[in-house]
Amino acid sequence: MKALKSVNDFVIKFANVNGTGSASANNLFAKALFRMGLPVSPKNIFPSNIQGLPTWYEVRVSEKGYLGRRGGVDIILSVNPQSMAQDIREIEPGGYFIYDNTKPLDLRLLRDDITIIGLPLTRICNEKYKDPRQRQLFKNVIYVGALAALLDMDFKVLTDLVADQFKGKEKLILPNINALELGHQYAKDNFDCPIGIRVKASDKVGDKILLDGNTALGLGAIYGGATVAAWYPITPSTSVVDAFDKYARRVRIDPGTGRRNYAIVQAEDELAAIGMVIGASWNGARAFTATSGPGLSLMSEFLGLAYFAEIPTVLFDVQRAGPSTGMPTRTQQSDVLAAAYASHGDTKHVLLFPSTPKECFDFGAMSFDLAERLQTPIIMLTDLDLGMNDNMSDPLEWDDSKEYDRGKVLNAADLDAMERYGRYLDSDGDAICYRTYPGTHPDKGAYFTRGSSRDEQAVYTEKGEEYEKNMLRLLQKWDTIKEYVPGPEIIPAAKPADMAVLYFGTSEASSREAVDYLAADGIALDSMRVRAFPFNHEVEDFIDRHERVFVIEQNRDAQLRTLLMAEFEFGPDKLKSVLCFDGTPISARNIRKQIMEHLPGNNVTPLHRKIRANRVGERA
Amino acid sequence: MSYQIPKFRHPDLPVNELGYTKAAYEGSISTLCAGCGHDSISGALVRACHELSIEPHKIAKLSGIGCSSKTPTYFLGKSHGFNSVHGRMPSVVTGAAMANRELLYLGVSGDGDTASIGMGQFAHVIRRNLNMVYIVMNNGCYGLTKGQDSATADEGSAGKKGDVNPFNAIDLCSTALQMGATFVARSFSGDKEQLVPLIKAAMSHRGFALIDVISPCVTFNNTAASTKSYEFVRDHAEATGTVDFVPMRQEITTSSRPGAAHEVTMHDGSVLRLYEDADTLNPFDRRSAMMALMDHQAEGTILTGLIYLDKNSRDLHDVLETSHRPLNQLEEGELCPGNKMLVNINASLR
Repeated sequence: MKALKSVNDFVIKFANVNGTGSASANNLFAKALFRMGLPVSPKNIFPSNIQGLPTWYEVRVSEKGYLGRRGGVDIILSVNPQSMAQDIREIEPGGYFIYDNTKPLDLRLLRDDITIIGLPLTRICNEKYKDPRQRQLFKNVIYVGALAALLDMDFKVLTDLVADQFKGKEKLILPNINALELGHQYAKDNFDCPIGIRVKASDKVGDKILLDGNTALGLGAIYGGATVAAWYPITPSTSVVDAFDKYARRVRIDPGTGRRNYAIVQAEDELAAIGMVIGASWNGARAFTATSGPGLSLMSEFLGLAYFAEIPTVLFDVQRAGPSTGMPTRTQQSDVLAAAYASHGDTKHVLLFPSTPKECFDFGAMSFDLAERLQTPIIMLTDLDLGMNDNMSDPLEWDDSKEYDRGKVLNAADLDAMERYGRYLDSDGDAICYRTYPGTHPDKGAYFTRGSSRDEQAVYTEKGEEYEKNMLRLLQKWDTIKEYVPGPEIIPAAKPADMAVLYFGTSEASSREAVDYLAADGIALDSMRVRAFPFNHEVEDFIDRHERVFVIEQNRDAQLRTLLMAEFEFGPDKLKSVLCFDGTPISARNIRKQIMEHLPGNNVTPLHRKIRANRVGERA
Repeated sequence: MSYQIPKFRHPDLPVNELGYTKAAYEGSISTLCAGCGHDSISGALVRACHELSIEPHKIAKLSGIGCSSKTPTYFLGKSHGFNSVHGRMPSVVTGAAMANRELLYLGVSGDGDTASIGMGQFAHVIRRNLNMVYIVMNNGCYGLTKGQDSATADEGSAGKKGDVNPFNAIDLCSTALQMGATFVARSFSGDKEQLVPLIKAAMSHRGFALIDVISPCVTFNNTAASTKSYEFVRDHAEATGTVDFVPMRQEITTSSRPGAAHEVTMHDGSVLRLYEDADTLNPFDRRSAMMALMDHQAEGTILTGLIYLDKNSRDLHDVLETSHRPLNQLEEGELCPGNKMLVNINASLR
């Protein structure tokens, strides 16, 4: 057997039982590597459950800075017998299986192409601790200590981290360090340390931070000046409002009165949540809601109202695997079409696609400017992978010289200077009209907001030509919007290329890595990351000048590709799909494989077309 | 349409403390059916707001969908209005009220909009004790879709089509009491003398104030077999007692009548006087109010007037401890912590 050997380049997966406190120990492991200057990307793969079911934590370490999922696992750290059979099968040949050998391993699970390392974790805990809860918690810390020896991690970094983590609860520091030492010592005494896979301190992290997208987004809402948050709890979006709450308690308390400069309302459902956001925004406050797919479905009717009545609305959708309840704790990018065209009638909504915590923060704050400037819903589509996992990110920054763009709003003096106010009168030619807040002026500027058809003075009308004029203005506004939303990010290949990849959101890291792999094989691909809908002309030009564009996305139905074809009328032969929808983040190896299959000479029919062809009795 | 608003105004029309005549509180011409109860309620709202000397632009009027929800066009033309989606007005008002606590929020809804599609939001806006007036124009049927029974139609009642309603009626006042409402009243569109002071009291209440106003539908539900017809309601209404409302600053003597059982000082300093029949109910006791509603229901009569008032009501802003200044008036400097804090946050994430 040839054991895997590598330095600072591997994937390790922890197999735990949920509700046993493993998350903080695993986090400690990942953070320690990060502090050793190594790019890491930890991913929680957890069940929709509170206690007792299998849960995994996958950490990729990559000195080259590849932060997407690579695919495959080199080391499994297994403390969950429930999933052991599945876990051991998953290891790459030459990899390592580290497990709690207090109970002997089922011989049927043995593989002769991997290295098996047994740590008597339960036995050590039972000998050392009396309290059952301590036995459970410290078991996790002990295996982190053992890994430190097996992988040659800097032990001091670990102990410093423990001290940081328990700041304020000092009496917990020493017992945790003791547990780390127990594991460390056991591994040193019983194994040849380090194993073939190891780490070495490096300097590839720079000023980067490790942060989850939802926290960044909650902070973005604080910086963007949100004062009203209305929401209904739903995984994986809940921590957005939690973060908003946490920071608001810190920075939004009026120093004189102790009262709160914000209001958070936990609504009875998502319909009410979005209704509250619309009511608050209509009344001149910056407001937002955070939700996931099922919530987005419920919010559809109100989104149509906000589109038609032109009320700023900010909605953060942290996507999860659908349809219906789907897989609530697994990731996907499958709300693209539902969000883009949410609600009955002719509607289109602005979408933002962040791909890092920094962008969650930036786009989160920017959403409020966009919503007020454009007077329409702004839907930010992030996902569970970005929202709930710690992601390595550029540090957060705020330009203190920048001012909020509160959009076109008239005050009392403006109204006095006007002859006649029309809420839906396009006086500037950009199809964006002027709002007034309730209570502005005793005689002027009041109007009736409604979801029914109205004329430029906001008076109800059923005249077809008035209705049509308004709908065409909204379409013209759609063009104005293209000037405001973030444009795409284009990265050319090292040599001229007639093929390209197009991706968005959390597919970025794996896509970049796959493009590097393919370049090494001599296949040059230009890259474009789409950051918003509507797409601007740069998106169109980019697709136009390539013969073939691989659209990479994490859903079954190629939703972004559908959107591109609907908006630009590109043919299906030009846009080829690269898809992943099993609920895990798309991996670089998967992308490379699918692109290879599409290349000339590799005549493989994509899965979904094969199915369709079979159904109608054609030959695939 | 029920009436034309004449352009001519009598030169000696009374003005209120702000110098406004009633005309300043009117809206566009109603497009409802002639004789619709809703138009009388609109008239009562105009009168109440005028007499209370509320600045018209300091009121926001919001509604859902249906005949009732169309009425905000027909009163308070100088106020911002919002005709939202069916059954969802309470959430829109909640957001609006969070943004600016200084306006008076007037929600207008119907029985379909409240007791069916909007039942959830109705229950929860009460539970939060949002500071608003919630008027239900209750006619027991769906007018705009031609007369189907609504959830407040009484069992055994029949509208124009003649089909007898087989289902239990949802009683909005009882529901509101159950959900913790801090002001509950019922009235009749045909009784402005009762309705106007109730509206004034509701507007002075800090917290959620429901007025369930029975408002006959002349087109679909004003039949001999209907329990929401003008005739039936006139014959079967039993008032809790009369109510006088004395606005803040006004000399108490001016409208004083002897024999008031209670005087309640409202949040804004105005005084509510109740002249009531002590046997009917104690309007400051939720259990008594519930009992009175149930007793009248058992007798087949309709209890009207002020049914319940919580004198110690704490509204949602009190509970959430929001700033005394409206949130929509806070400046960027107060809202955005600036880059310095991010430097610290970044440091904690390394």
